[in-house]
Amino acid sequence: MRHSLLVLLFIIAPVAAMASGGHDAKLHSAHVDLRDKPSLQRGAKYFVNYCMGCHSLKYMRYNRLAEDLNISEQELRDNLIFGDAQPGDLMTIALRPEDGEQWFGTVVPDLTLVTRWRSPDWVYSYLKSFYVDDNRPYGVNNLLYPDVGMPHVLAELQGVQEAIYGHGHEGQVTGLKLTQPGELTPEQYDHMVHDLTNFLTYVGEPIQLERRRLGTYVLLFLGLMFVLTYMLKKEYWKDVH
Amino acid sequence: MNADKAAPTGFIGWVDKRFPILHVWNAHFAEYYAPKNLNFWSFFGSLAILVLVIQIVTGIWLAMNYKPSATEAFASVEFIMRDVDWGWLIRYLHSTGASAFFIVIYLHMFRGLMWGSYRKPRELLWIIGVVIYLAMMATAFFGYLLPWGQMSYWGAQVIVNLFAAVPEVGAELSTWVRGDYVISDATLNRFFAFHFMIPFLLAGLVFIHIVALHRVGSNNPDGIEIKEGPKGNRWDTNAPADGIPFHPYYTVKDLMGVTVFLALFSIVVFFAPDFGGLFLEAPNFEPANPLKTPEHIAPVWYFTPFYAMLRAVPPIAGSQFPGVLVMFGAIIILFFLPWLDRSPVKSMRYKGRISRIMLGLFVVSFIALAYLGMKPSSALYTFLAQVFTVTYFAFFILMPIYSTLDQTKPVPERVTS
Repeated sequence: MRHSLLVLLFIIAPVAAMASGGHDAKLHSAHVDLRDKPSLQRGAKYFVNYCMGCHSLKYMRYNRLAEDLNISEQELRDNLIFGDAQPGDLMTIALRPEDGEQWFGTVVPDLTLVTRWRSPDWVYSYLKSFYVDDNRPYGVNNLLYPDVGMPHVLAELQGVQEAIYGHGHEGQVTGLKLTQPGELTPEQYDHMVHDLTNFLTYVGEPIQLERRRLGTYVLLFLGLMFVLTYMLKKEYWKDVH
Repeated sequence: MNADKAAPTGFIGWVDKRFPILHVWNAHFAEYYAPKNLNFWSFFGSLAILVLVIQIVTGIWLAMNYKPSATEAFASVEFIMRDVDWGWLIRYLHSTGASAFFIVIYLHMFRGLMWGSYRKPRELLWIIGVVIYLAMMATAFFGYLLPWGQMSYWGAQVIVNLFAAVPEVGAELSTWVRGDYVISDATLNRFFAFHFMIPFLLAGLVFIHIVALHRVGSNNPDGIEIKEGPKGNRWDTNAPADGIPFHPYYTVKDLMGVTVFLALFSIVVFFAPDFGGLFLEAPNFEPANPLKTPEHIAPVWYFTPFYAMLRAVPPIAGSQFPGVLVMFGAIIILFFLPWLDRSPVKSMRYKGRISRIMLGLFVVSFIALAYLGMKPSSALYTFLAQVFTVTYFAFFILMPIYSTLDQTKPVPERVTS
């Protein structure tokens, strides 16, 4: 027993160390729920309408998305596919990298894996952290991504946020406040951004729900197998001890 | 040995006349006598073989869809994750297997340190083991470039640049290793070739490791040579009295160990394949970008103890070379271990307090260095890394002294149960 605990310590120590330093306190929780299909469907709709002008999901196929989110092929063609793409195609866009570089000062990133190299909470918080900054080319800046090249595409919906500057340090932003309401109430905007984040978390790894479901069966099987192998070992070792 | 055993008939008999299949089976399983007192720590040998097999099999299947090209590698991994049937599972088994391999091997090596499994007559067995560890590290290093993510790219950049620290020929050497002036398509191609080839070398080395093991016999928690003890057991009058046949006793016991291991392994594969960013680092989900250096470059956890040592050594005359020497020295020193331990006893069970404290300090240093190697360096962290680098080496360098001074306990004649 003592030995097993030692081994456990071996395994847990680095993880605990990692967890203690890995998270950013500024982030809001995205409350990702991949079982909420209506939320994922709305997220998909928002993505193709508001984001896909510039951001591709080039490792994701339309029909995979439709299948996983219970969207029929007709609905897929009517609502989510623009242009002449086919359901089996990858979700690429027409914007060329060099155009993005010219317009925004940087290549516009593909977002298929954004929730995996940032995190769902980061994406959710990022979309809530735009504020007015007249020094930037598009008049907005972002708390989480200072001097980001991207304009606030959802400003019309969210409204305008202004930075609250702290007293102590010059130019230190301590918070944001909504100074001009948009088409959505703050609650509605949070819901929308949640749906988008939820959708992008799904896109980051479409198999994840299925993976966990299968894992449960695999562990049940291994649990049963352990009982058998344990009994087998006991039976054989009876005469040794 | 058992003269009364009838000659095999049937298919086995047919084969045995042409290939010594029964001889191999008996010599290495049915009539290989292992100490009867092996405990929890002896699971990791068979588990290491299991993980090697998992890595080779999943690796071959990944190679069927992976494209070792700078423009296609990243996308081909996502293709495997999304469009290849069960590709996600094969990939997660492989990425989790890499970390599992090192966990298992580190525990296996720690077992060797506890039981004195590197002592006479097992010096060569230990040395082959260290060669296996080196081959594993090479395989892991080459393999980490293949997903072609940001951390793959910049991690490889940092490590290959270490060759540039070699005096005189450094710059040319690192260019020769990369096949280019930066990490590029040419580098990826050759790393893939090595990543595919070395595991088969590894399998050969494991075979040699086992041949050497079966020549000298398995060690045990007491560090007592059962071959030198009384003879005669239930199965054979010539076999060690404290030995039991590997098959069926240890095959069924290891089967139980395998089940527990697979359960823990599955928890990671199915429920946390990233393992909090330790097994799959978050920045590696961003494609390699030679123009954008990540804020913080750290190798995967199993290399971080050595990376921490590299950073702990201050450059001398602007050269990183001393750090590189210390880093490689930390592994090379393992080869000398059999001759550094002068204790009259093998196992930690019968060694004294100083040896136990030194082993404890060594484990703490290794884990602390692993942690420090993941973190961005700061004045405090660099100082701590320097302290732990010294204690890491002290375990080895001072061993001839403390192992002689230490108060040992009397070793029993027979293994304890």
